[in-house]
Amino acid sequence: MSQHPPIHLKTYLMLAVMILAGPLGNVLLGKGMKNIGAPVIWPVAGLLHTAGMILASGSIWLGVLSLITFFVAYMLVLSWADYSFVQPASSLSYGVVALLGFLMLGERVSPMRWAGVAVICLGVFVVARTGPSTTRPSAQPAPQVPEPLQVTEQMQAAERV
Amino acid sequence: MRDFILFALIVVAGTGGELFVSRAMKVAGEAPSFHPIEIARLMLRALRVPWMWAGVGMMAVAFFALLGALSLYNVSFVVPVTALSYVAGAFGGVTFLHERVSPQRWLGVLLVAAGVTLVFLGKS
Repeated sequence: MSQHPPIHLKTYLMLAVMILAGPLGNVLLGKGMKNIGAPVIWPVAGLLHTAGMILASGSIWLGVLSLITFFVAYMLVLSWADYSFVQPASSLSYGVVALLGFLMLGERVSPMRWAGVAVICLGVFVVARTGPSTTRPSAQPAPQVPEPLQVTEQMQAAERV
Repeated sequence: MRDFILFALIVVAGTGGELFVSRAMKVAGEAPSFHPIEIARLMLRALRVPWMWAGVGMMAVAFFALLGALSLYNVSFVVPVTALSYVAGAFGGVTFLHERVSPQRWLGVLLVAAGVTLVFLGKS
């Protein structure tokens, strides 16, 4: 840990930003769209009215801001870590979105939906434990990514214990 | 049918967008530090990569489909369903890119599909 504190720190920091800002953005968008109601997309006047309502919604703008924060964190992480490492870590956001939907919007999340969210997270982890070799584009020179390799080693070591 | 189109757009355009952006960032390079100027410079560099524009365009489509879905359903239902992108990704990899998908990855995809099914069943 003490050998690479900046890498660990910045990776986990940005992942935390992703896992909080992404779901928060989605929940705020959901709040805004719920206030607007069913969108009318036809005739054109209806579409313009819907678009106007969306643009006038504070929740939507806050949601967009939150998603932009998520997106910047996501791009930064992807610039030094592999997609196959970022993917499972960000799967926690499925749990966070259900939690925020329940806490902020008072959505009734049934036990079966919680179970579904948990199984989805588990599935994403299993997907990500498979080697990235099948997805890595061979045309690009392999970028230096010490972080995912290290984590894999740690996970393997943890398995052995 | 309307729901199917909305969720298909979120899943397909969202996954495609992520893959394009991921590829663009590999071309653009790594952020040397958290300094705002360095980050801005990296973002500008990323905007010069064509993959980035393709990715952002697809993400925009997925975004408006997401808004449509959120106006109809709860966010705690819509977002888990978008996890179907893992299923779409595996099938897309096999059919379009002729990738070999390992049994373990199929197991993970199966779990994601099972989780989404549970979310659907718990919709009421």
